[in-house]
Amino acid sequence: MNAPAHAHWDLLRNPAGQWCLEVDGVLHERVVVARAFPISAPEGPVCVLDADGHELLWLEDPAALDERLHERVTAALTSREFTPVIEAILHISSLSTPSRWTVRTDRGITDLLLTGEEALQRVGGKSLLVADAAGVQYLIRDIPALDRASRKFLERFL
Amino acid sequence: MTQALVDADAWSKAVSATLKADETLLAVAETDLDAARRFAPGAVVLTTSRILSLALVDRRIRSVGQWPLRDGALSLTDHAGVSSLDWRVGDTLLVRWEFRLGLQPGAQALLEAWEHWRDGGEVLPLAHCRSCGVDVPVGVALCEDCAQDEKPPSSLTLLRLWRFARPYRSRLLLGFVLTMLATSATLVPPYLTKPLMDKLLIPYQNGQDLDRELVSLYMLGLLAAALVGWGLGWARTYVLARVSERIGADLRTATFEHLLNQSVSYFGAKRTGDLMARIGAETDRINVFLSLHLLDFATDVLMIGMTAVVLFSINHWLALVTLLPLPIIGYLIHAVRDRLRRGFERADRIWSEVTNVLADTIPGIRVVKAFAQEGREAERFRAANRHNLEINDRVNKVWSMFAPSVTLLTEIGLLVVWTFGIWQVSNDEITVGTLAAFIAYIGRFYTRLDSMSRIVSHTQKAAAGAKRIFDILDHQSNVPEPAEPRPLPPVEGRIQLHDVSFRYGNRQVIRHLNLDIKPGEMIGVVGHSGSGKSTLVNLVCRFHDPSEGSVRVDGIDVRELAVADYRRNIGLVLQEPFLFFGTIAENIAYGRPDATRAEIVAAARAANAHEFIMRLPHGYDSLVGERGQSLSGGERQRISIARALLIDPRILILDEATSSVDSTTEKAIQAALDNLVRGRTTIAIAHRLSTLRKADRLVVLDRGEMVETGTHDELMARRGAYYALHQAQARQAEALLEDGVVGGVALDGGAT
Repeated sequence: MNAPAHAHWDLLRNPAGQWCLEVDGVLHERVVVARAFPISAPEGPVCVLDADGHELLWLEDPAALDERLHERVTAALTSREFTPVIEAILHISSLSTPSRWTVRTDRGITDLLLTGEEALQRVGGKSLLVADAAGVQYLIRDIPALDRASRKFLERFL
Repeated sequence: MTQALVDADAWSKAVSATLKADETLLAVAETDLDAARRFAPGAVVLTTSRILSLALVDRRIRSVGQWPLRDGALSLTDHAGVSSLDWRVGDTLLVRWEFRLGLQPGAQALLEAWEHWRDGGEVLPLAHCRSCGVDVPVGVALCEDCAQDEKPPSSLTLLRLWRFARPYRSRLLLGFVLTMLATSATLVPPYLTKPLMDKLLIPYQNGQDLDRELVSLYMLGLLAAALVGWGLGWARTYVLARVSERIGADLRTATFEHLLNQSVSYFGAKRTGDLMARIGAETDRINVFLSLHLLDFATDVLMIGMTAVVLFSINHWLALVTLLPLPIIGYLIHAVRDRLRRGFERADRIWSEVTNVLADTIPGIRVVKAFAQEGREAERFRAANRHNLEINDRVNKVWSMFAPSVTLLTEIGLLVVWTFGIWQVSNDEITVGTLAAFIAYIGRFYTRLDSMSRIVSHTQKAAAGAKRIFDILDHQSNVPEPAEPRPLPPVEGRIQLHDVSFRYGNRQVIRHLNLDIKPGEMIGVVGHSGSGKSTLVNLVCRFHDPSEGSVRVDGIDVRELAVADYRRNIGLVLQEPFLFFGTIAENIAYGRPDATRAEIVAAARAANAHEFIMRLPHGYDSLVGERGQSLSGGERQRISIARALLIDPRILILDEATSSVDSTTEKAIQAALDNLVRGRTTIAIAHRLSTLRKADRLVVLDRGEMVETGTHDELMARRGAYYALHQAQARQAEALLEDGVVGGVALDGGAT
């Protein structure tokens, strides 16, 4: 199956707050916009799926879109994804799990509760996914790039 | 910290002041994300006339919006760990609150309070957290802080081993007394140094005659002390090693038993290699620690204590100087202790990384070889090993410096004693014999300190091991045994799912499912992979408990029954039948080890397995390997069907029982299954719709919701989701036939 590409399409939001995709004159309601490689290539390809999960549109390079569409795609993505990127680990409550971490993320400072070592999962070489007890996944994009104190904290768990 | 900024009850307090006279507070739900999904504390407040949005502006609680209650509707959804609470009027979204899943119970309660009020219910009072008493929405037992703050295990984890030592406490006491006596015996020889010097050797050197009687008395004393010390030491080690071996065995058994009672989802999240390492290597490490290191340490402490008493009784000034390095060494030990523990914990984790590579690769060896990835796996192992080396090198750097430092301190300590001793002798304050006795004592004393310092690492290692063991032991199964299980009368086989929802991690897999299955009815469950089919049967088998709603068998909630009692009534046939190492007969009789040979053969006949079993060289006594390597998929499947037949269950679960075999084999299995299904309540999952033709009723699942139910004909007539599935399969079958491929067609291969 080839990737569906369309010359004419538009992404809009209906009054109910749902994203809709208009392709070749057909309006698809409640579409889902998702990144194909949210961790390894967050700026990479993006896919638009209909409410039943069928692919409607494949955007190989969203950055190449015109400004208006790019903005909408970004807005649709941010309204769906929630993976705070941890920039620094400020404090950890205990060296053994369960452990409450206070972290600075790209979305502000918050707490997360780590229930076990298996909640830390390496993705690729340098990235780490941290799953907290409430089901949110936090991302550490580049472990070596963290500050010294954060790396020290992390070392106790890796 | 977001929690610390605002008290849970501050929100309701802030809004109470602004309520109108005829307005009552119904519910308050905290939120922790703002419109841009940045972390920011806020709250949704529901009153009898409006819904308000509160936020923290300049560290003060402000109302940032309010909407009248009439015409609007609330709804709650979640995705990827974030819940959204929407307030709409008609089709228009007026406001959306977002928060992490952890706050969902509050929002759920607010939603329920709103529904209750909308339907004309009474005003329910706000409830209080059962633990700390702050206001919580109705229906929530604990406030967020109390619910989340589980206690981390303390560093005194090793003391918890007492639970396993208790049964042996009398033998432990005996061991302790023997240790005391053995230690006292070893203290006699250095004590005899003093009279040997002062009464015999020095007078002799000064020209007096040697008192031979006294010499032989002292020599006999030395010999006797050595012999008694030897005997007592032997008895002590024997008694205590036996006890610790038993403690270790109990620990291992208890951990494995506990592990077996964990729910299926627990095993899904853990790696086999890691669990195996914990139960095998860690318990052994604790065992060695108890029988060897801890025993030595206890002996050493006793010896040092006793020696100190003896030294003080001889000369307290010299004793004081002798004992001076002790606190310094103690400090050194303490300082290095932390770094070592950190290192050892890491080394442990890296070690399980090494075993994990093994546990991943060996069962998947066929895939590895098929894709010619031996080199890659070898490299992965080498990398894990290299990592292991690096970590151990780093630990050893600290560790190797540690022991010589203690030795150096020992030498310096000896130097101090010599210096001070000589000065005292020259001042005629002590005799040469006293100094000799001191040197003899502290010679032992300091070498013990050296070995005692090793206890740090041993203790840390054992504590790390104990922590990993207790991690397992402390994990409460999320399929808990009821405190007072209801006795299960003979099961008829009615299964009712009442408003069942199930969440796996942050994914909602089953949503509000209602299903009533009559005794003896056969239900076919169809749907795409990921639609929740397997989760549905996992819920019926009680491998998981539903997040909401209930599963009832003959009207009894399965959570009220003892898990094993209930499961005894369920026969399970899986897509990938698992055969244990043993004979075919043993495998068939797995669920009923007391079955007679005739019963086993009858079950095998009914499962269409008898003939192929008889063709094997050893018949029913043929050994099958870990995964039944020597049998084909269809043959293994028929053995597992015989296994299910033998326990004669009232409830039967067929999870893709025929999807991994070709259509000829499928026919053989199908015939076996038809025998199995007869008269039992059956839930069958299949991709291949043709295998469900005998089903009384079909249930079509889509993304965790039941979208259609009815017989094959009814559903075909309805031209809905089932029709679409059926058409898709028919088209695929045609296409394959055209290509000359004969065989069954599946929508897609994987199990859900």
